[in-house]
Amino acid sequence: MMKSLSKESHTSRRGFLLGASGTAAALVVGFRPGKASLAAGGDGLVHNPFVRITPDNVVTVIAKHFETGQGSATGLSTLVAEELDADWGQVVVEWAPADATVYNNLHWGAFQGTGGSSAIANSFMQYRKAGAAARDILVRAAAGAWKVPAVEIKAAKGRLIHEVSGRDASFGEMVPHAAGLQAVEEPTLKDPAKFGLIGKSIPRKDTLAKTTGEAVFALDVRVPGMVTAVLQRPPKFGGKVASFDASETMKVRGVVDVKSVERGVAVYAKNTWAAIKGREALQVVWDETGAELRGTDEIFADYEALAKQAGAVARQDGDAGTALAQASKKVAATFRFPYLAHAPMEPLNCVIRSDDRSAEVWTGSQFPTMEQGVTAAILGLKPEQVKIHTVYAGGSFGRRATPNADYVAEAAMVAKAIDGRSPVHLVWTREDDIRGGFYRPLNLHRVEAGIDEQGHPVGWHQRIVGQSILAGTPFEEFLIKDGIDATSVEGAQNLSYYMPNITVDLHSPKVGVPVLWWRSVGHTHTGYSTEVMIDMLAELAGEDPVEYRLKHMKDHPRHQGVLRLAAEKADWGSELPEGWARGVAVHESFNSYVAEIAEIAVEDGGAIRVKRIVCAVDCGLAINPDVVVAQMESGIVYGLGTAIRNAVTFDGGEVEQDNFPVYEPLRISEMPEIEVHIVASSEAPTGVGEPGTPPVAPAVANAVYAAKGERIFTLPFSESGVEFA
Amino acid sequence: MYELKINGETRSVDVDGDTPLLWVIRDELNLTGTKFGCGVAACGACTVHVNGEPTRSCQLPIEDAAGLEVTTIEGLDGPVAQAVQAAWQEIDVPQCGYCQSGQIMQAIGLLSENPKPSDADIDNSMAGNICRCGTYVRIRGAIHKAAGKLEI
Repeated sequence: MMKSLSKESHTSRRGFLLGASGTAAALVVGFRPGKASLAAGGDGLVHNPFVRITPDNVVTVIAKHFETGQGSATGLSTLVAEELDADWGQVVVEWAPADATVYNNLHWGAFQGTGGSSAIANSFMQYRKAGAAARDILVRAAAGAWKVPAVEIKAAKGRLIHEVSGRDASFGEMVPHAAGLQAVEEPTLKDPAKFGLIGKSIPRKDTLAKTTGEAVFALDVRVPGMVTAVLQRPPKFGGKVASFDASETMKVRGVVDVKSVERGVAVYAKNTWAAIKGREALQVVWDETGAELRGTDEIFADYEALAKQAGAVARQDGDAGTALAQASKKVAATFRFPYLAHAPMEPLNCVIRSDDRSAEVWTGSQFPTMEQGVTAAILGLKPEQVKIHTVYAGGSFGRRATPNADYVAEAAMVAKAIDGRSPVHLVWTREDDIRGGFYRPLNLHRVEAGIDEQGHPVGWHQRIVGQSILAGTPFEEFLIKDGIDATSVEGAQNLSYYMPNITVDLHSPKVGVPVLWWRSVGHTHTGYSTEVMIDMLAELAGEDPVEYRLKHMKDHPRHQGVLRLAAEKADWGSELPEGWARGVAVHESFNSYVAEIAEIAVEDGGAIRVKRIVCAVDCGLAINPDVVVAQMESGIVYGLGTAIRNAVTFDGGEVEQDNFPVYEPLRISEMPEIEVHIVASSEAPTGVGEPGTPPVAPAVANAVYAAKGERIFTLPFSESGVEFA
Repeated sequence: MYELKINGETRSVDVDGDTPLLWVIRDELNLTGTKFGCGVAACGACTVHVNGEPTRSCQLPIEDAAGLEVTTIEGLDGPVAQAVQAAWQEIDVPQCGYCQSGQIMQAIGLLSENPKPSDADIDNSMAGNICRCGTYVRIRGAIHKAAGKLEI
């Protein structure tokens, strides 16, 4: 989703403070901005803790990152519980309010948000320190209460123990004794060798609620007096409402109002079904003066023409032109990648209540402070007058991380149009979602690469044509340098193979289709083109694809590590049944390294069946190995289903797909076996939400080549005539 | 006004006859464990039991639900449901969790008819339920695990 906006960690400017929440009812620990004094018990800090311990012996971890299935709630709680020596069963999670001064993503500067597989990576020390500082206070509280030296007190599984005197107490019992104690600024952290929770597959915190129907998603939020709204958006991006006729809509039982807003025409009703039916009866005339009118074929043709011209240079080492001209053998290919919808299971929706002094927003909030600011601006409020209630998000894959707050902004507009008269639940249907834009951008890559007589790669020229995700967003200043959007070239610019002569250049044409990061962002296409090309070079050199990769990524030991592990576990090179083949790919994204080996079978009739994916991942220290495995499984399924058959296409500016029957995700009946192996590591933890996705499509494509001798350059595979069973 | 029997209670709702059972359950009866995913019976998120059979509630108009017994995830009871939910919990199946009510309702339907399903049986029964998080490996595992629990 997002890369680091700022490498500067703000941790150094922060101190720990403890404050009893007014009445010693709770022990709370959190960071606060360094400009404040370190005096204890200040009222301000109790509102912004990472952990709260109450006399009822509950440890509440305040999660600054939302939970969309990636396991962040469990991971953040684990970090606190580990250093606190809490019992896992006493730990509960609640969502932080929107506040960038306390709950910012430390990789992004003054901005609260989740993305770029960074939730654990940026919080690792912060949440551990919060837990350690709380533990230290509890120990001192017990020392004071028992009048014994603090060094003689141990904490374990939610209890404080003084062995010499035989005393022990629960954390909760010691909370009243902690009043007024000040946290140390740099608490002592555990020796990783003594971790009892980190590194173990302890149970997720969200499973129970998600198996009983009790988990609350935004779609389940009910506010008294709430009406449901659906929005008729223009059929072509950039279209505007010219006029509308709601006379038939108003006849639908349950419809209460119809209003034109900036993004379309809103139908308000007493229930969802009435709103949907009311919208079907609506007549809207669209002004398409500023609309994008091209179809997919025309966009590709325009990109093809651009690919013949030099682009902005993202990387240039040596002289790729001369090296390619003098290469002993070379290959060239044009890769085509379609627009892709994220299609999270929960259709986008947002509940909003507003008056002239305040507003409340309920949503699975991925960018809380962005959504707070945008809502405030639309409603004429100050950001601090807008309260964001984060709830479980029913999937995102990047879709909820919109730099313009997209659907939350729409909800604010829809609420404003009726002057906040009723709370409004803006609901998208699946059709709205598939046709709603913010897609993974369509991309065209032209790649040429060559080897010398010994088979060594000597030159590589990769030209990428694709819309910039970041242009025109608040992130532009951080991530677009010299005309290069880092998210367009990531994974190609930093090619992991040794290449003495390499040029990577970029065209970022403007298209009126809104685009966005989609699970692993630029790596969704660069991982494919680079890993198919290197497979072709291995073939040119007459070498084994795994051996060839290992040989030419000598300065990348962690790439090599995962590749070796995957090859060993898949028994690479061993004999397979008749009609089967293997393919491999390895790719780093978000500082995690993943190798995947696909085993496929060609069935009677020629259709391909993916039989098994063997995955090896190096994500540094695996906080919860089972969550890491789950995220690899998830990333593989997401990437595989998409590569097989998903594309959002346009005809005359209109999206041609509308729902799952024509944008069909992978189903259980198509599932390969998946095996995930984690490289043992003591490196700092890195992300796992996205890195499982990039290698799967090229691994399968390389296996298809091994089986059938057909290279696949146009995605999805179905567009290249390769069918899957 | 339409009457329906849901989770053992008889309830009446004042809605148009073409209102899908899904929206009656969610908007009128405020049972939000049953989810809206596609509205066209292509994803299974809205699966409930109608007379014990897994049914896509987005395709059943309330006017056709008279006399039927509806069970949602909130009304689950009995050994098969308990085994399925326990298995789901033991191997941490859910990720985002949004589709899981539908997956669980479908799996209970499968195991109620076929207490020891093969992988092919699972594919046949569960292929209509989409999970965008890709928890399929674990869904398969949990169904086998629940079958094991029921055997004992």
